[in-house]
Amino acid sequence: MTYLAKPKLLSADAPKNALGYTRRDYEGAISTLCAGCGHDSISASIVQACFDLDIEPHRVAKLSGIGCSSKTPDYFLGNSHGFNSVHGRMPSVLTGAALANRNLIYLGVSGDGDSASIGIGQFAHAMRRGVNMTYIVENNGVYGLTKGQFSATADKGSKSKKGVINSDNPIDLAALALQLGATYVARSFSGDKEQLVPLIKGALCHNGPALIDVLSPCVTFNNHGGSTRSYDYVRQHNEAVNRVEVILPRDPIETSYPPGSLRRVVQHDGSILHLRKLDIDYDPSDRIGAINHLQERQALGEIVTGLLYVDSSAQDMHSHLNTVEKPLNQLGDAYLCPGSKALDALNALLR
Amino acid sequence: MTSAQSIESSNDFVIKFANVNGSGSSSANELFARAVMRMGVPVAPRNIFPSNIQGLPTWYEVRVSEAGWLGARGGCDMMIAMNPQTWDRDVAAVDAGGYLFYDSTKPMPASKFRDDITVLGVPLTAMCNREYTDPRQRQLFKNVMYVGALIALLDMEFSVAEALIVDRYRGKDPLIQANVHALRLGYDYVRAHLPCPIGLTVRRADAVGDRIFIDGNSACGLGAVYGGATVAGWYPITPSTSVIESFTSYCRKFRTDPDSGHARYAAVQAEDELASIGMVIGAAWNGARAFTATSGPGISLMQEFFGLAYFAEIPAVIFDVQRGSPSTGMPTRTQQSDLLACAYASHGDTRHVLLFPENPYECFTFGALAFDLADRLQTPVFVLSDLDMGMNESLCKPFDWDDSRRYDRGKLMTYEDLEAGKDFGRYLDVDGDGIPYRTIPGTHPTKGAYFTRGTTRNAYAKYSEAGTDYVYNMERLRRKFDTAKALVPAPILKKAAQPTRIGVIYYGSTSPAMAEAGALLEADGIHVDTLRVCGFPFCDEIMQFIADHEQVFVVEQNESGQLRSLLINEGEIDPKKLVRVLHYDGSPITARFISGRIADALSDRKISPIRKVAS
Ligand SMILES: Cc1ncc(C[n+]2csc(CCOP(=O)(O)OP(=O)(O)O)c2C)c(N)n1
Ligand code: SF4
Repeated sequence: MTYLAKPKLLSADAPKNALGYTRRDYEGAISTLCAGCGHDSISASIVQACFDLDIEPHRVAKLSGIGCSSKTPDYFLGNSHGFNSVHGRMPSVLTGAALANRNLIYLGVSGDGDSASIGIGQFAHAMRRGVNMTYIVENNGVYGLTKGQFSATADKGSKSKKGVINSDNPIDLAALALQLGATYVARSFSGDKEQLVPLIKGALCHNGPALIDVLSPCVTFNNHGGSTRSYDYVRQHNEAVNRVEVILPRDPIETSYPPGSLRRVVQHDGSILHLRKLDIDYDPSDRIGAINHLQERQALGEIVTGLLYVDSSAQDMHSHLNTVEKPLNQLGDAYLCPGSKALDALNALLR
Repeated sequence: MTSAQSIESSNDFVIKFANVNGSGSSSANELFARAVMRMGVPVAPRNIFPSNIQGLPTWYEVRVSEAGWLGARGGCDMMIAMNPQTWDRDVAAVDAGGYLFYDSTKPMPASKFRDDITVLGVPLTAMCNREYTDPRQRQLFKNVMYVGALIALLDMEFSVAEALIVDRYRGKDPLIQANVHALRLGYDYVRAHLPCPIGLTVRRADAVGDRIFIDGNSACGLGAVYGGATVAGWYPITPSTSVIESFTSYCRKFRTDPDSGHARYAAVQAEDELASIGMVIGAAWNGARAFTATSGPGISLMQEFFGLAYFAEIPAVIFDVQRGSPSTGMPTRTQQSDLLACAYASHGDTRHVLLFPENPYECFTFGALAFDLADRLQTPVFVLSDLDMGMNESLCKPFDWDDSRRYDRGKLMTYEDLEAGKDFGRYLDVDGDGIPYRTIPGTHPTKGAYFTRGTTRNAYAKYSEAGTDYVYNMERLRRKFDTAKALVPAPILKKAAQPTRIGVIYYGSTSPAMAEAGALLEADGIHVDTLRVCGFPFCDEIMQFIADHEQVFVVEQNESGQLRSLLINEGEIDPKKLVRVLHYDGSPITARFISGRIADALSDRKISPIRKVAS
């Protein structure tokens, strides 16, 4: 039952972050997902990333659509406000929330069914609108909650649990996000926490639309031979373009890395992304190169993971709209209501 | 071809302009209407326009009425026939004894006229061709010229129209000169060549008072500014688009931070109506006042989100400017046909708060009020306007605002409340009015966070499929809806001069026609009490009004009698008691139509409307 809080049995020496919080302070209700579901590992990575970044949980707003994946925000950051909206429409709700208060951290969690089918329109427009958010797609190639239908990200030729072969072409949400103007695009695997946690940290520090497409096997409906989203398949076909570390400005670690092997990307909030290059030719600041690279490797049957693209000078929706620094939801009557004098003047013009 | 009995009327007539869409006639037509108004005579103009941008016929009708009747009257005393495409129709539309004004550059054969009307020809095209070389100027100034001609024909003061041009183009002297010149050309030609004034005249009066002249959509946009809206998510649709245009332009004026030049508002054009209402819900969940403006097709698309906002208890304001339906219907014609779609929007047992303004003044006041109600009740609130009210300028009371008024943000649990240890159950009915407390995201580091969802939950917002939790919640929502009864604007009762067993219920833009219809009926010795419904849920006075009358006519502008259905459903009223008076051809309802239907029905049913007064 999801409303059971996790028992707070803490050992006294549990590590604390700069806020004095332990990892437990970033957890939520007990998950009701199937044991072994990739989505739970993603939740754990989110917890780790927020703990590492010393984020105050109540400053995060976590929003989702509908699906197993969209249930997960209940299972992390119990001290954050959450919003489980309607199927496929989380991006617009998140956009509205971000318009209301630019000072919170927005985390959108969605499924591949939620984002690539019913919600693809909203997905696309939130990316092109420059909403400042971390948008995580928990991508398992199936509809988990409705029990195993193919989703629009399922590879052509892959097999369902019932043995049906998928005849439709897949949608690559990372490639799509790149085309649509997302300014931070990554792909990862739920089983690779070492890669995923820094990617989430980088996204949370990024000022603009950040997409992380996380392959997240559905143990119940899509973890069999013939599936291209099973744990085994993803592990065998995964090629990482880089490893990411996120260094907050106050952190002195950056000096301890030997120069040459690292690329430093300073983000808007001052955090520094350190990209450890695995593929010597890979340039994460080249949007077109990233799209090409994805497609070339996909043709070879490889799944490219890592930080595919980042624009460290990105600007978000609020800059485009030229809104005031103070969150709109905190402007009082005096700032909003022009009052009776202004009306009198207006009346005079309308005669 | 002057008829023997030409219509003679001062300050009480209808004049219609037949134009081609895209010919730039609308500003000239409006200039005429305003000139009448500046002479102290009330006008009620209406645009009748097609759903296209250029080339199709369009009409602009100006009712001149010193008595102050602002509803559509029907009929036409004078036609300015500037559209060859609709010539035959326009000639036929003139009332017997009326006047036809046309461009006589190419004289028409007698067979193209009627002999019971007065024809007035002015060679507008020829005059323009002589005066201007640029084709666009020829077109635009032709319109100004016929306004000049009308000023002379109707015996109006030239200086009034001239002053309007000066006001309109203030600071752009060449434009002022050019327009006044064209106006003068038309005026002088008529004075020199036609017998004027004609039987229709405008005499200076003092019947406008301090009233203002504005369209409902602009007033809704202004209402949203005064109501404290900071976020608008929207998608273009006729006839609602100008609500947002007005909101943003008033915001640019009133909500630009003087120091930084930054905006104290955000209006985002969404990709569709689903996204626009989604943004509104997200913003309102996060503590901003947010709204959208749409029309029928948008209402259809937003249904799932309305259900979410209702059940998850999130404020939202929706301006629905109704148009001809169903489906794409008649996009540029008026109706009141979204009533049921809004009242019960979304699947399941949902019901929503509706407000029914009657004119631009109430578009403003109800518009601003909607944000207080949405916050107080934590639910969507619909402001139901329509094309007739929304897109036509209308005379109304000047806007006013009480500076001591503060926004009612409803039941918000603050950081201090949480610190003080107040029990926070997001869906707890603490006060017995069905309205729970909410927290805004980010309020407190460790207290007050909750999970919003469209699925069932218990009073502490925890997911629950327990029937008892569900029933508690539904009963509380019902209580909340009952609470809303006292918060929506009360109905407006007008008693007849004599006691009567007949009642009439109506709402929204039917109002001006209904006021006049009441007077027409009274002149015929038929007395009716009228009740204007201003909001939903229906308060007890409405049900009492029905109980107090033997027969109640329900006047509305749709085909099925949606207000009547809603009354029957909500008040468990005997359907036989409520008689439909329905107008739904897309044109605004008229006083003649209402009074005619009521009088006919009464004579058919042989119901005497007048109760014998005991002596
Ligand atoms: C409008 C609407 N249509 C259909 C559904 C049913 N539905 C619930 S979840 C879901 C699919 C979820 O798939 P995905 O987003 O991939 O998430 P997963 O469960 O696989 O994590 C569907 C179709 C719904 N809730 N709402
Ligand atoms: S059905 Fe699949 S996606 Fe859903 S919880 Fe189970 S394993 Fe996870």
